[in-house]
Amino acid sequence: MALPVQNYVVIDQGEPPSYLKEYTLRSWLLTTDHKRIGLLYLFTIIVFFAIAAAAAAIMRLNLLTPRGDLVQAETYNKLFTTHGVLMVWFFLIPSTPSVLGNFLLPLMLGARDLAFPKLNLLSWYIFILGGAIVLYALLIGGVDTGWTFYTPYSSTYSNSHVALMAAGVFINGFSSILTGLNFIVTTHKLRAPGMTWFRLRLFVWSMYATSLILVLATPVLAMTLTLMALERIWHVGVFDPALGGDPLLFQHLFWFYSHPAVYIMILPGMGVVSELICGFSKKRVFGYTFVAFASMAIALLGFLVWGHHMFVSSQSVFAGMVFSFLSFAVAVPSAIKVFNWTATLYRGSISLDTPMLYAIGFIGLFTAGGMTGLFLATLGIDVHVHDTYFVIAHFHYIMVGGMVMAFMGGLHFWWPKISGRMYPEFLGKMTAIVTFIGFNLTFFPQFILGYLGMPRRYHAYPEQFQVYNVLSTAGASILGLGYLLPLCYFIWSCRYGKRAGNNPWGAKGFEWETASPPPVHNFERPPVQTEEVYNYPPPSHEAML
Amino acid sequence: MVIIAQIQFFPDQASKMAGQVDTLLLWLIVLTGTVTLAIAAVMIFFLAKYRKRAAADRTPPKTENLAVEVTWSVIPFFMFLGLFGWGAKIYFDESVDPKNAMEVHVIGKQWMWKLEHLQGKREINQLHVPLGETVKLVMTSQDVIHSFFMPAFRIKEDVLPGRYTTQWFKATKPGTYPIFCAQYCGTNHALMIGQVIVMAPSDFAAWLKTGRETVSVAQRGEQLFHSFGCSGCHAAQAAVRAPLLEGIYGSQVPLADGRIVNADERYLRDCILIPNTQIVAGFDPVMPSFQGRISEDDVFAITTYIKSIGSSPPEASIPNR
Amino acid sequence: MSKNRAILYEHFSDIEQQRETSTAGIWVFIGSEIMFFGALILAFSVYRFSYAREFAEGAAELNLLLGGINTAILFTSGLTMSLAATANRMGWKGSTLILLLTTALLGVVFLGIKVFEYHEDWTKRLFPGPGFNWTDSDSPQVQLFFVLYFIMTGIHALHLIVGVGVVVVIAWLALRDRIHAGHFMPLDVAGLYWHFVDLVWVFLFALLYLMGGTR
Repeated sequence: MALPVQNYVVIDQGEPPSYLKEYTLRSWLLTTDHKRIGLLYLFTIIVFFAIAAAAAAIMRLNLLTPRGDLVQAETYNKLFTTHGVLMVWFFLIPSTPSVLGNFLLPLMLGARDLAFPKLNLLSWYIFILGGAIVLYALLIGGVDTGWTFYTPYSSTYSNSHVALMAAGVFINGFSSILTGLNFIVTTHKLRAPGMTWFRLRLFVWSMYATSLILVLATPVLAMTLTLMALERIWHVGVFDPALGGDPLLFQHLFWFYSHPAVYIMILPGMGVVSELICGFSKKRVFGYTFVAFASMAIALLGFLVWGHHMFVSSQSVFAGMVFSFLSFAVAVPSAIKVFNWTATLYRGSISLDTPMLYAIGFIGLFTAGGMTGLFLATLGIDVHVHDTYFVIAHFHYIMVGGMVMAFMGGLHFWWPKISGRMYPEFLGKMTAIVTFIGFNLTFFPQFILGYLGMPRRYHAYPEQFQVYNVLSTAGASILGLGYLLPLCYFIWSCRYGKRAGNNPWGAKGFEWETASPPPVHNFERPPVQTEEVYNYPPPSHEAML
Repeated sequence: MVIIAQIQFFPDQASKMAGQVDTLLLWLIVLTGTVTLAIAAVMIFFLAKYRKRAAADRTPPKTENLAVEVTWSVIPFFMFLGLFGWGAKIYFDESVDPKNAMEVHVIGKQWMWKLEHLQGKREINQLHVPLGETVKLVMTSQDVIHSFFMPAFRIKEDVLPGRYTTQWFKATKPGTYPIFCAQYCGTNHALMIGQVIVMAPSDFAAWLKTGRETVSVAQRGEQLFHSFGCSGCHAAQAAVRAPLLEGIYGSQVPLADGRIVNADERYLRDCILIPNTQIVAGFDPVMPSFQGRISEDDVFAITTYIKSIGSSPPEASIPNR
Repeated sequence: MSKNRAILYEHFSDIEQQRETSTAGIWVFIGSEIMFFGALILAFSVYRFSYAREFAEGAAELNLLLGGINTAILFTSGLTMSLAATANRMGWKGSTLILLLTTALLGVVFLGIKVFEYHEDWTKRLFPGPGFNWTDSDSPQVQLFFVLYFIMTGIHALHLIVGVGVVVVIAWLALRDRIHAGHFMPLDVAGLYWHFVDLVWVFLFALLYLMGGTR
C-alpha cells in the first residue's frame, strides 16, 4: 500500500542508500548534501595544495645554492607569493572547516544537514570562482608582492597582476564567510534533542569558535584588499604616502584580519585532536569545560594581538607593549589545551593507530611551534628575528606540524565513515612517521637560520647560511613523500580497502552510530542525546587482554 | 661568529644590547625547552603505561579538576609576565633616543642603501662606525618600505617613505658585520645587502678624512636653505611672515588646529613636504609644498641645518612616532 | 498552492526551527557586513582625525540638501518595508505588493539622486584621479577625502542595488503566491537586510556630510 509522502523520508525496506550511491556528474555538481560538498572541497583543495607545494619545491631547490640562480629573482618572488596565497586561502583555511566540518558537523549534532544546504553549495562555487581567478592571475604572469600585499609596493610599484589576484582572494573570502555563517546557525538551531551546549563535541566547539572568526574577520580583509586594489587601479593614495596616505594603516587593517586568520587555521585542528585523543584513549577528555572555553578564548584574544606583526614597523612603543602582553595572554588557552590533552591519556586505554600518531605528532610539534611563538611575542627577541627564517619556522611548525598533521589525522580517523573503507594501517603509520621526520628536518634548521639573520623572501643568501638551507631542502623531499603516500593509498582504499562497519574504532559520537558511509539523510531515526558526551564505559577486565 | 667546522651556529655579538638579547634567548630556550621536554616525557610515559594491552590501574579518574586547571593556567601566565617584562625592557631601551649620539642618515631605495655621515661623507651599502660610540641612524625610504637589519647588533627597524624612523647601537667589537634589507621590497630584495664596518676611533677619524673633500651636511643644508628660497620667508626681515627657525628643533610647537607637537626630524620634514597639514598657530597657511621638488637627501640636509641652528634642551627622549 | 500553509524544508524538524534559523542566519550575515563597513569607516575616521581641516574642506563641497533628501527617502523606504512585512503577515496581498514596490522605487530614487550628485562632483572636477582639481597645496589630503567618499557611498550604493533587486524578487514571489501569510520569512529576512542598508547610510551621512563646514 502506498504511504502518503509528506515532509519526511519514507523508509520502506532495507537500508537507505548511502550518500555515495548516485554517481552522475549532475548529482555531484548540484548536490546540497553536506557530505558531498565536503568531498567536493577535498578534491579542490588537493589541487591547490599540489600547486602550492610545487612552488615550495622549486623554492627549496633554488635555495640549495647561495647564488640562488635556479630561477630568476622575480620568478622566485612570484613563487613565494603563490605558495602563500594558495596555502593560506585555498588550502589551510578551507581544509578542516570545509572538508571535515562540512561532513561532520550535522552528523555530530544529530542533524540531517546544515542550516542552509543551498548556501553551502554556493560557498563551494564561490570558492571555485575565487580560485579560478587566482589561477588565471598565476597563468598570465603571477604576482610578486608576497601574500601580505604590503603597500606601497603592491599598490604603486609592483608590475604584476595584483588587482586580479586581490579580486580572487576577495571572492574566496565570501566562501569563508558563508561557511562560517552556516556553521554558527547550525550549531545554535539544529542540535539534537538533549544536546545542551556542554554536551557538544569538542570538534563542534572548535568549529563554532572558528566560524565566529570567519564571519567577523574576513570582511575586514575584503575591505582592505578593495582599498588596496582601488588605489592601484585608480592611482589614488589611500595607503601611498606620496599621495597623502598611510602605509601603516594598510598593515593594521591587513593584520587585523590575518592574525585571527591563523586561528581560523589552527582551531579546527585542535578540535580534531581533541576527538582523536578521546577516541584513542577511550576516555572523556580531561577538563572538558576548560577545553571548550579555551577555544572561545583563543578566538576572542586572537582579535587583539595583530600588532605583534608590526613591532618594528614604526608603530608606537606603547602599542608594542600592549600587543606583546596580549600575545602572551593568548598563549595561555593553548597551553591549557595541551595540558588537558596530556592529562586525558592518564588511565586511558590507548591504541596507537595512525590517527593517534598524527594527534601525538600534533601535540609535540604544536607545542614546539607555540613555544617559539613566545619568543616572537618577546619584544626584545622579535626585533632581531622579525622577518627572518625564525618566523617562517615558527608558523610552519604550527601550520604544517600542527594543522596539516591534525587534518591528516582527522582524515584517517573519519575515512571509514566518509568512504566506507579502511585505509591500509601499516602504510598509514609509516607515513605518519615519515612526515614527522621530514617535517622536523625541513623546518628545525630554519630556526637557526633565522637567529643567524637570514631574512625571509630571499632568493639568494650569503654563503654561511648554506648548510642549513641544504638540510631544509633535504627534509622537504622527505616531507613531500609524506603527502604523496596518503593520496595514493586513500584512492587505492576506495576500491580495495577493507569494508568498515559503523564504528571501526569503537569511538563515541553520533557519527559512529550510523552506517559507513552514512545514508543521504544521515540517520534512519533522528538521534537523541541522553548521556554526557564522551561517555566511554570504564574499561573491563576483558578489554585489557 | 661561532663556527664549528665551517658551520656558523650563532651570529656575532657586537654590542652590549646584543648580549642582553642573547641572554634572554638563552633563558627562553631553557624555559621552553624544559617545559616541552617535560610534556613529552609525561606523554610518552602515559602512552607506554596505558597502552591498550598493558595491565594498569584504569579506575576512571576525575575529569574535572578546577584546582589543577587554575594552577596550570596561572603559573604559565606569571612566567609569561616575567618574559614579557624582560623583553619589554630591552625594547624600551632600544627605543629611547640616545643623547650625544653620532648621527648617520640612511635612505633606502630599490635596491640599495645610501648613507651619509654628518661630516658630509657618503657611502653606498656600507656603514663605517667607530668602536664604542653610540650611533643613531635616522632613516627614510625613497620608494617602498624596506627594513635596515644588522643581526650582529640584534636590531632592525623598518624604513618607510614619507616618514623618518630611527634606531641606535653602540658597537663593542671591531669587525665587519652584515646589513640586510628585512622587508620585502621587490625583485632584488635579497641583493640589498651591505656591511657595517666597526673601526677603532682613530681609524674611523682617519677614514672620515679620506675621499673627496666634502661639505658637512649642515653646511650643505644651509646652502639649500638659501637656494630653495626658504630664507626668503624664514628670516627676520622677510616680506612674508613665517616662523623663525632658530632653536625650533626639539621645542614644543603649538599648531593652528590646537595640537601641540614636538618639533622632531619628522615634524621638520612634514613642514617642508606637507606644510598645510601642520600650520603653526598664528600664521597663515601660505607656505608652498616642496613635495616632488626636493630629494630625500636634500630634505635630510635642510633638517640637519635647522637642527644645527640651535635646539631646545632635549625632552624626555621618546620620539613621537 | 494554498496560502497560509507553511512550507517546511526537509532538513528541519518543525516550522519554528526553520523560522528561527532564517532569522539567525540574516543576523549573522549582518554581523559580517558590520565588520565590512566598519573597516571602511575606521579607515575614514583615522584620516579624518589626521587631516581634520582638509576633510572638512572636502565635505563642504558635498550637496547637503540632496544628502538630507536621500536620508529622508531611505527612512521612508524603511517604513514601507516594515509595513509590507506586516501586511504580508495579515494576508493583504495587494497592500504587500504596493508597499514592496514603493520600497524598491524609493531605493531607485535614492540611487538616481546619487547619480546626480556624482555627476555634479564630476563636473566640479572633484572626482579623484588625474582630473582632480583643487586649488590648494594640500590637495592630496582633500583628494583622499573624495576617494573615501566615493568608495563609501559607492559600496553602499552597490548594497542598495542588491537590496532593490531582492525586494523586486520578493514582490514577484508574493505576486505568484509563493510568499504569503504562512510563508513569510523570506520577506522578513529581506526587510532586515533593507533596514541594515538604511542604517549604514545614516552613519555615512553623518560622517561624510554633517561633519564638514557649510559653504
